[in-house]
Amino acid sequence: MRIALFATCLADAMFPRAAQATVVLLERLGHEVVFPSGQTCCGQMHVNTGYQREALPVVEHHVDVFEAALRPRAEGGDGVEAVVAPSGSCVGSVRHQHALVARRMAEQGRADAGLADRAEAVAARTYELSELLVDVLGVTDVGARYPHRVTYHPTCHSLRMLRVDDKPLRLLRAVHGLDLVELPDAEQCCGFGGTFSVKNADTSTAMLADKIRAVQTTRSEVVTAGDSSCLMHIGGGLSRLRVGTKTVHLAEILAGEGWEAAL
Amino acid sequence: MTTFLGMPGLPVATERGTLRGADTFPVAARKALADTQLRKNLGHATSTIRAKRARVVGELDDWEELRAAGAAIKADVMARLPELLVQLEENVTARGGHVHWARDADEANRIVLDLVRAAGTPDDPVTSVVKVKSMATQEIGLNEALAEAGIAAVETDLAELIVQLSDDTPSHILVPAIHRNRAEIRQIFLDHMPDVDPGLTDEPRVLAMAARAYLRRTFLAARVAVSGANFAIAETGTLAVVESEGNGRMCLTLPQTLVTVMGIEKLLPTWRDLEVFLQLLPRSSTGERMNPYTSMWTGAPKTSGGTSGGTADGAPDGPQEFHLVLLDNGRTATLADEAGRQALHCIRCSACLNVCPVYERTGGHAYGSVYPGPIGAVLTPQLAGMHGHGADAPAGGDPVDTLPYASSLCGACFDACPVRIDIPSMLVHLRAKHVETAQAQRRVPGLPASAENAAMSAAAWVMRDAGRFSLAEKGLQLGRVLARDGRIRSLPPPLSAWTTSRDAPAPPPETFRQWWARTRGDRS
Amino acid sequence: MTTSARDEVLDRIRTALGRSGAAAPEPSPVPREYRTSLGRAPGDPVLLDLLVDRLVDYKAEVHRCPPGAVGATVAAALAAHGARRIAAPAGLPAAWLAGADVETVTDGAAPDGGEALSVATLDAVDGVLTGCAVAVAQTGTIVLDSSPVCGRRALTLVPDYHLIVVEAAQVVGSVPEALPRLDAVRPLTWVSGPSATSDIELDRVEGVHGPRTLVVVLVEG
Repeated sequence: MRIALFATCLADAMFPRAAQATVVLLERLGHEVVFPSGQTCCGQMHVNTGYQREALPVVEHHVDVFEAALRPRAEGGDGVEAVVAPSGSCVGSVRHQHALVARRMAEQGRADAGLADRAEAVAARTYELSELLVDVLGVTDVGARYPHRVTYHPTCHSLRMLRVDDKPLRLLRAVHGLDLVELPDAEQCCGFGGTFSVKNADTSTAMLADKIRAVQTTRSEVVTAGDSSCLMHIGGGLSRLRVGTKTVHLAEILAGEGWEAAL
Repeated sequence: MTTFLGMPGLPVATERGTLRGADTFPVAARKALADTQLRKNLGHATSTIRAKRARVVGELDDWEELRAAGAAIKADVMARLPELLVQLEENVTARGGHVHWARDADEANRIVLDLVRAAGTPDDPVTSVVKVKSMATQEIGLNEALAEAGIAAVETDLAELIVQLSDDTPSHILVPAIHRNRAEIRQIFLDHMPDVDPGLTDEPRVLAMAARAYLRRTFLAARVAVSGANFAIAETGTLAVVESEGNGRMCLTLPQTLVTVMGIEKLLPTWRDLEVFLQLLPRSSTGERMNPYTSMWTGAPKTSGGTSGGTADGAPDGPQEFHLVLLDNGRTATLADEAGRQALHCIRCSACLNVCPVYERTGGHAYGSVYPGPIGAVLTPQLAGMHGHGADAPAGGDPVDTLPYASSLCGACFDACPVRIDIPSMLVHLRAKHVETAQAQRRVPGLPASAENAAMSAAAWVMRDAGRFSLAEKGLQLGRVLARDGRIRSLPPPLSAWTTSRDAPAPPPETFRQWWARTRGDRS
Repeated sequence: MTTSARDEVLDRIRTALGRSGAAAPEPSPVPREYRTSLGRAPGDPVLLDLLVDRLVDYKAEVHRCPPGAVGATVAAALAAHGARRIAAPAGLPAAWLAGADVETVTDGAAPDGGEALSVATLDAVDGVLTGCAVAVAQTGTIVLDSSPVCGRRALTLVPDYHLIVVEAAQVVGSVPEALPRLDAVRPLTWVSGPSATSDIELDRVEGVHGPRTLVVVLVEG
């Protein structure tokens, strides 16, 4: 399958390994990955902080770029069949916020009336990594080996906006050599919440402290998740407290130990 | 008032200090988080109730269908609110009750006060009333209004009694004293309950017995009761109060006069609709299949004269002076916002509080409103109005304005809500409303854009163009000089709020975009 | 004279809904795809077992007996409690108390005449015995409807001990099956176990202001 990668702004700028591992994994599974170079960001930070008017051109830009990627090559597009992002949160924004923002801004006379429908069309073919693998490509055993003790944090947006359910866990259970340990109170938010982590830093930190305590009880070498943002938060806390547990994006585990050799 | 957000012309709630706290949420939360006993109490109580709720909700394989029905019924109520209210009024009146309408808190308080006074005689005035726990009367500050007129309002719900005795304020919709543990409650009783047994232990059963003994004489002698209502059925004029202890039954049954204060949104169209809500509410609130007692009455109730199910009127049963006060107090302003009106669907079960990771850590007082937690964060700003950054905003910012931001948008509240109120989406909507009003106010000459606004505008300008974005990434890479061992331990404000407790990652030597261009650049 | 609060609130609602002057919309259809019945006839043995299970879970005391043994079962329950003076509604079947060694004080009920018992009298009796209107198995709920066999509400509230006789045919499966059997304009009390509170650390303890002891005699067959 020909698949467009939406790297997400955070992975692109700060956590390239999550996006690189996604490419390596999909290519190993025999798929062709394209990277529409005009892409930037889904605009979620703006929307969730109340800046919908500022988010609008970012949303429009995202729709333009991936609409073109999804257009058949005969019509000048990239001819991809699906868009994938290594982030439940960014896909959640594409799927649940883009059309909402477009409609609200259209009501204010700031957006084209057609933008919401175009956003929905792009969203309908945009998938979070575990969704793409399990639902679209029909694989759970991606042939990876990762001989480590790992615990999985289901990020809020993958869990409750996308309803990925146990897809990431099914993928992890099929990884050879991986010792999967259940995370206590796994479904509790880590406290990131975008600008919430700064605007309400004390509450955010209190939530993080409980998450880190839960991670520590698992005695895992690695805590994984499908979102670089939540991992940045959990990792920032682990690092500050000098807890040895590493944060590793789900894509990097599914790419298999030593995947960097393919870079 | 004019700069408040909301539909022009529809007034928000009267300012009585019950919806707008003294501190902004971040400031109040910081104080609450420092109280380790509070965090322990809240963690214990919320995890207990979460487990109970999950168990009884799991028993019903049609829970999602019940939620869908509940949401649809409430949406229908809002669409036909004027007609349903008039129908309710007709049916209550036909069965001997009286209906009053109150535009705001002050008007509601005046009505109740007049009714309490009218229940006494010059020789024998009514000096106290018994109260069933009610959010509506908390919201309008009724107890304080009655006290100013020399009338004592005695709270009879155990948790409300604990709050009242300790001169505290409620911190939870269902369990107002959730922030107190058994040892603290024992001490409150010892300090404030007249004639209490000095040998009182902190066993919950013993504490409950002390409350029973303390209130018993008061109940048996009460002449006037004030209640709220969980539901009112337009089709029949029936009111319902859902409770556990029997204090509700005492208040609704024994006094001669009953005054019920109810928000205009609490209606259900038909008797049959109770089949949905009597299943949704108890399982969501106390995590029980059914709460111990639910009382229903219509007007000035009569027993049935015939055999069971008979229709002839028999003897009086319960208060024969019944007054229903229908309260607006910002509800119509809330109704005016199509994206926000769902907040009026709330049935006050408090399931969203119990699952909220923010509420669990800060408790209810941090919200500064009688409606705390996720539902409070969407209801309070709409009932009370937000200030934006207007000239009349309180110094340091309006506490109410900070409520829509008091959430990590984790979405647990939506999943728990028995009537499917999409609280996360409403939080995002209210944040936008807040920012847009603030921007409009800033357009007044001489007022610069806020620093946050400037940063957001700049970021948006960068992020709508890949060329600018990749340049910005290169700038970010300069941040590597701040890092040691791949992490950054300190950043300037506002990002210092992050690095106070968390390390920041060092930017990578190569961005994904750069890597792609280097390795696969020919491909697209 | 200014606009009445009633008119103003109703006006505000119409403005908020953007339908000033417009006619009321039709009721919108409600998706009722939830269960409206457990699929068992009232009195089905499965429902009776379910009701008992729920009542016991609420810490109610339950006795099951055949129709001919109500008097003896009630007598035994009252004796075990040490009850000597029992309040009863005017319409209580005489057979229910025939075997009990107790003094019965009957609450007057119009139109049959008779004095209503004072609150002080009710506070002084050892308990109250009534029937019920309907019982809901799934939730362990018994509904009192102020009919002659249930009595007025104060009767079943003030005494500290409440014994309810439930007949098998009164036991339905679920809440949706109970509502059509009730008259909405009668005062109704839905009882699910003895009075309780969860106000201290959200831990449920039984026995606050309502009757602290709830006894149910379930008449089978």
